[in-house]
Amino acid sequence: MQPLLKVEGLMKSFGGVAALRDGRFELEGGSVHALCGGNGAGKSTFLSILMGIHRRDGGKIWRRGELVEFNSPAEALASGIAIIEQELSPVPHMTVAENIYLGREPSARFGGIDFKTMNRDAQALLDRLEFNIRASQYMMNLSVAQMQLVEIAKALSHDAEVIFMDEPTSAIGEKEAQQLFATIARLKAEGKGVVYVSHRLSEIFQIADSYTVFRDGSYVGSGRLADIDRPGLIHMIVGRALGEEYIKTNAPTNITAFEVSGLTAPGKIEDISFAVRKGEIFGIYGLMGSGRTEIFNCLFGLDKASKGGVQLDGRAISVRTPADAMKQGIAFVTEDRKVTGLNLSDSVRNNICLASLPEMSPSFTMRRRDEQAASREMIAHFGIKAARDTMPVSGLSGGNQQKVVLGKWFLRKPKVLLLDEPTRGVDVGAKREIYRIICDFAAEGGTVVMISSEIDEVLGMSDRILVMRGGRSAGIYAREETDAQSLVHLST
Amino acid sequence: MSSIDNKPASAWFNSDSRRLIIQEYGIFFAFLLLAVILSLSNEYFLTPGNISNVLLQTSINGVLAIGMTFVILTRGIDLSVGSVVALAGIVSASFATTSATAGIAGGPYPFYVALAIGILVGLACGALVGLIVSRFAVPAFVATLGMLSAARGATLIYGGGKPVPALTPEFRWIGTGNILGIPMPVILLAIVFAVSWWVLTRTRFGRYIYAVGGNPHAAKTSGINVFRMKFSVYVISGGLSGLAGMMLSARTGSALPQAGIAYELDAIAAVVIGGTSLSGGVGRVTGTLIGALIIGVMNNGLDLMGIQSYYQQVLKGALIVGAVMLDQKRNQGL
Repeated sequence: MQPLLKVEGLMKSFGGVAALRDGRFELEGGSVHALCGGNGAGKSTFLSILMGIHRRDGGKIWRRGELVEFNSPAEALASGIAIIEQELSPVPHMTVAENIYLGREPSARFGGIDFKTMNRDAQALLDRLEFNIRASQYMMNLSVAQMQLVEIAKALSHDAEVIFMDEPTSAIGEKEAQQLFATIARLKAEGKGVVYVSHRLSEIFQIADSYTVFRDGSYVGSGRLADIDRPGLIHMIVGRALGEEYIKTNAPTNITAFEVSGLTAPGKIEDISFAVRKGEIFGIYGLMGSGRTEIFNCLFGLDKASKGGVQLDGRAISVRTPADAMKQGIAFVTEDRKVTGLNLSDSVRNNICLASLPEMSPSFTMRRRDEQAASREMIAHFGIKAARDTMPVSGLSGGNQQKVVLGKWFLRKPKVLLLDEPTRGVDVGAKREIYRIICDFAAEGGTVVMISSEIDEVLGMSDRILVMRGGRSAGIYAREETDAQSLVHLST
Repeated sequence: MSSIDNKPASAWFNSDSRRLIIQEYGIFFAFLLLAVILSLSNEYFLTPGNISNVLLQTSINGVLAIGMTFVILTRGIDLSVGSVVALAGIVSASFATTSATAGIAGGPYPFYVALAIGILVGLACGALVGLIVSRFAVPAFVATLGMLSAARGATLIYGGGKPVPALTPEFRWIGTGNILGIPMPVILLAIVFAVSWWVLTRTRFGRYIYAVGGNPHAAKTSGINVFRMKFSVYVISGGLSGLAGMMLSARTGSALPQAGIAYELDAIAAVVIGGTSLSGGVGRVTGTLIGALIIGVMNNGLDLMGIQSYYQQVLKGALIVGAVMLDQKRNQGL
């Protein structure tokens, strides 16, 4: 049988810099194929060429044995290749049906749109896929996970045979992810080919049949997942043996450093209490919307708590604004670095200094030497890879951007570090470095509270874990006495 | 500018630096090109008298555009500057006129009293707009559109729709006087520019402005008081509008209620031509100054060539759109 998609020697450079040197890939019908690689491995470039967004510099693409070339996303789609992008871009004020049939609405008399047929067809499609979504709903009322399902329905309405999914679980919860996996299994049973791009190895091992690894823009290897184990795959992705993924070097002391009691924000969180010791990494696990981030927002003065107290080193503190929290020695690495972490139009140096400007300008004027020194120190400490620290931070890879955010907060020498999804969208190598940094911080007597929706990460890093469910605490567990199943069970 | 001085010379000509040079100085080269073309086509263009004339004509728009730069850097816009020019002009003039009917009782007051009052009027208008934009989250476009109308109305009410004539020579000095042959408005523009450049590039306040414009959420989580910064930029723009209003009335000798109409458009044009992004966080006051000079030089050059002012407006429109088109191209292409 002909493979659904075959690619050989794909090349692409941007302004003289090779993003893809030798992209090779082969997809069989009725299979799920994982495309793996670190940040900057060339996956995104590969996808955008196959989608007709970028023109290739060289190489060949076969679709069911026929040589093809795409000049626009529409041509790729016509040939049966669809993509579910990481950041979905639906039209929020239109219905599900209108989104599915956008640009090819069935026409009625006088050039109008035949809404009746459109809604009926869309609903039939959604029902066939067993998605519990009404076609007449407005897109903006759907959750991110539901929007993804609509995108899948849209791809199938185009008779797509090859469906790319770029980090589909990065913005949805565990339970919704399982629903997505069920859908992927159904697509596979229908003989479609699914290309699954994700940094989360446990997902890849759960749903994919085969894999292809890219590194530094080149094909490294491929095979069946049944023939490789996790360390082996990591080795291929990173290019060197990583050893243990999670190495804990911190040991909690008996001194309570940070204590939260009865924290309540109506409609968001209810009666949250926990105490974190010096040297401890305290994990918070929960689904999207379970109130995890809302706890941090209240603690950091971004949101108002109606009730509850916070004690730092045995002293009650009052936090009304982020500046108050920072004065007390609290740092907050927010969830989405692009939305709340970085000023993308500014330089690496200025981003590192962003939270420490008053300290660097005692007399209103900035001390440029202090800024340079601070930036140099953090770049060295975190191993941030940047050509110059005056280059825009937007030019860095995801992992390095995340390290810039960490650097910004470590520069303040915090006592308490609040981390919200510290490794989202970061490749395996950078993840490990970030874990090391967090452990070192705790080992030196720092206090860490870390939110994560990756079970492996929460179990691997935390000393104790608070499970959130529906805005309430579902208990605090020591890492030894819990496991992945019970965490998922408690959170749902 | 900070990015170049601490770098080895060998790194100068990689593509990154080239891009930097074009981005930082592209507008300056465009200005030089324009000046060269004009000086070749008209022998009068490069005479000291004409240069002084261009600078004089640019000074009021330059001061307004610099204030506008602060606002646009935070993703805002200030449509009210033209009306604030008129209001500050007429209120300050009423303290500096020798006319008994149009003036405040007991006048004319010393010129510095009138000057302080004009600036205060501008600051107050800016503070009101700033409060509405930052505290009540009204879009800047709407809030300043309201002030555009309200300040114009206040001007007409205050002066009864009539101009305030016969300003004292001391007051007029800030518009017509000179120091060492340099006209006062040009000196004022130079001072405003120098202080603004220092604030935006060298101080904490400047960093905050870029941070708030670049990413307000990140600025907030970094402990920056976003409300206060947004408030401040409108106060700055208002205060500078007040100053510009007095420069205008001092130059013409009387304050007119219809002064400053559509001045906001030239100010925005100078900022945009100068390369400041309307989406905030990117831009510099040097570019704005050159943008204002380009508009001034173009008007002057076309005057010298005897081209009707109607055509000048068409050309200015094309220049604004062209500058932004080039900017977009540059950001994608390099």
